[in-house]
Amino acid sequence: MSMVTSNSYLESLLQGQPQLPPSPLAWFNQLRASAVDRAGMLKLPTTRDEDWRFTDISPLAKLSFQPARAVSTLQAPDVERFYLDEAAIRLVFVDGAYMPQFSTQPNKARDLGLTVTDLSSTAVSSHGAVIEPHLGRHAGFQDNLFAALNTAFLHDGALVIVPRNAVVDAPVHVLFIATQPEVASHPRCLLIAESGSAVTIVEDYVTLQEGAYVTNAVTEFVLEGNAQVNHVRIQRDSTQAFHIGHCAVSLAHASRYRSVSVALGARISRYDLNARLAAEGAECAIDGLALISGRQLADTHTCIDHAQPDGISRQLHKCIVDGAAHAVFNGKIMVRPGAQRTDSTQSSRNLLLNAKARVDTKPQLEIFADDVKCAHGATVGQLDIEELFYLKSRGLSELAARNLLTYAFGAEIIDRIPVASLKQRLEQTVFEQTKRS
Amino acid sequence: MIHEDSKALLEIRGLRATVNGIEILKGIDLTVRSGEVHAIMGTNGSGKSTLAKVLAGHNAYQVTGGSITFEGNNLFDLEPEERARAGLFLAFQYPIEIPGVSNSHFLRLAYNTVQAQHGKDELDPLEFEDFVREKMKLLDMNPDFLDRGVNEGFSGGEKKRNEILQMALLEPRLAILDETDSGLDIDALRIVTNGVNKLATKDNAIILVTHYQRMLNYIVPDFVHVMQAGRIIKTGGKELALDLETRGYDWVGAEYHAAAEA
Ligand SMILES: Nc1ncnc2c1ncn2[C@@H]1O[C@H](COP(=O)(O)OP(=O)(O)O)[C@@H](O)[C@H]1O
Ligand SMILES: [Mg+2]
Repeated sequence: MSMVTSNSYLESLLQGQPQLPPSPLAWFNQLRASAVDRAGMLKLPTTRDEDWRFTDISPLAKLSFQPARAVSTLQAPDVERFYLDEAAIRLVFVDGAYMPQFSTQPNKARDLGLTVTDLSSTAVSSHGAVIEPHLGRHAGFQDNLFAALNTAFLHDGALVIVPRNAVVDAPVHVLFIATQPEVASHPRCLLIAESGSAVTIVEDYVTLQEGAYVTNAVTEFVLEGNAQVNHVRIQRDSTQAFHIGHCAVSLAHASRYRSVSVALGARISRYDLNARLAAEGAECAIDGLALISGRQLADTHTCIDHAQPDGISRQLHKCIVDGAAHAVFNGKIMVRPGAQRTDSTQSSRNLLLNAKARVDTKPQLEIFADDVKCAHGATVGQLDIEELFYLKSRGLSELAARNLLTYAFGAEIIDRIPVASLKQRLEQTVFEQTKRS
Repeated sequence: MIHEDSKALLEIRGLRATVNGIEILKGIDLTVRSGEVHAIMGTNGSGKSTLAKVLAGHNAYQVTGGSITFEGNNLFDLEPEERARAGLFLAFQYPIEIPGVSNSHFLRLAYNTVQAQHGKDELDPLEFEDFVREKMKLLDMNPDFLDRGVNEGFSGGEKKRNEILQMALLEPRLAILDETDSGLDIDALRIVTNGVNKLATKDNAIILVTHYQRMLNYIVPDFVHVMQAGRIIKTGGKELALDLETRGYDWVGAEYHAAAEA
């Protein structure tokens, strides 16, 4: 792979960083400064790093980036088509910058008993004490260049605080729209679900152009005791784009986190999801679907860390790979000493639609407790010829039969999205995508 | 019903077929005319399902000899889906489960595909819903089966009803029912065979594959064929089925071999 001296490359990545306005919060500026320092010391990972063995991101280093320019031409209809009917609250970011004109007014969230705001807003100062223990503390950047870069650019971002025992039915939609080629944006989310609260959040990456750009996102979710969070993450970046995403979830006592992540876009995408079941009786369900074709690469790394007893985790990850695309799944389940009665299942199921398509799937179990139930399995297959024959014997063409079965394979994950309009829209997207291939 | 002047729907001549290089069908001759009901009986492993799959066009079976014409056309020129659209239907002995594809969606796709072939209007989901519910009543099927995955978790009998429901929707010229009776209790058998009888006209034909006489009490065949080791070794009328029920299959084989040696 091509060697890039980390300094000149980082210089280009850190372009524009010094112009960020300082925050009134000293710790915020401190966090940013230490991330800048750290970014300066870390190197771009290569395929020699175990964690990046299958994912060669050297093409990223060949791209020149500029800071995003302010967009003035964007009209409401450009943005509105991404809106979700069910969402009561919406935060919109364009090329990383917060767009109050497209977002719902903060008082609307307040009426629902929520704090939803942009991280750069002055409102954040008043929540400083709530945010400080969490922002940048769950998605650590000591060993992670991308998280360090994102934190170095910490400015705009979504902040959602769900107060104690608040149950919010309507989803919160956080929409990141890419409109400019050759820019790097650093989307950021922090969600704090206080004890006994319940919320659904949709983290949505979309594009209005087909150029090359970089999305480098970091999301931190904090679930206090008995909190329930549904997290839907949709990555529909341009097929020329690079998407690096990190999500760190911290689960307290008896809290429940359910996530569905869907990766459709990007030339190279990498999503790391780390869920730490940090107290007794926490529960998570983490499902994923990657649907890729052409020369796309989609890499998902998850780590479910059972740190305390009586935790439950469920995971189903599916990849549908067409063309010469390449999917990677690395699913680590960690059961720490003392995390007795952990109950964990993981399943990786993969469908290859082309002889050139490839998948690398690796379960990784590290179990240090003796009274645990852990099951895992992985399958890689093609469409079933008996199912195809059955459909054709009823008059469906070969293509229609293949599309229907491919679609059905993916629908199992999409069906788990708790937002009807989004589910419908994705079903349509998947159906059209499988039709094309 | 036999009509002297009705035209041949299906003509099988000297059909041979192999699976994985092993010859299963060793020279089959069979003519089916419109309006007729044929029963093909025989012990397990005699090749009945293989014949059915070859007719439907399953590519695991290689045809190594003979010919099949369907309404005057060479059947081997047609892909499985083209055979279906031309009016050939196989009710599977073991219907396939397809989780993730809703039964109603599947049924509508199949129905619309065949409708389009006949230049008729396709139905949208709402129209189809009404239409298919009527057909389900005929088979005493619970509409809940529409919302499930295709055959997913259906009992043996429910799968068989779902097959006949498809037959009712597609209204084929030639229906091959492969062991549709197995898995049906006596009430269900009555309902399902009654449904099949309602679909029988003078313009279509049915081949019933079974190894019990039971179903033939309800759907009365015009011809009964006995299959053994890949050949039809005896053909008779409906009384042959009763003979088989009381005397078993061995005597038919003995008779056939004696005749072959003579
Ligand atoms: N796909 C297959 N692979 C291998 N053998 C097969 C296959 N299908 C059928 N056979 C064999 O062909 C013979 C006839 O089977 P089949 O047509 O299913 O009989 P029947 O329906 O009369 O019980 C049996 O010996 C069976 O094992
Ligand atoms: Mg059989």
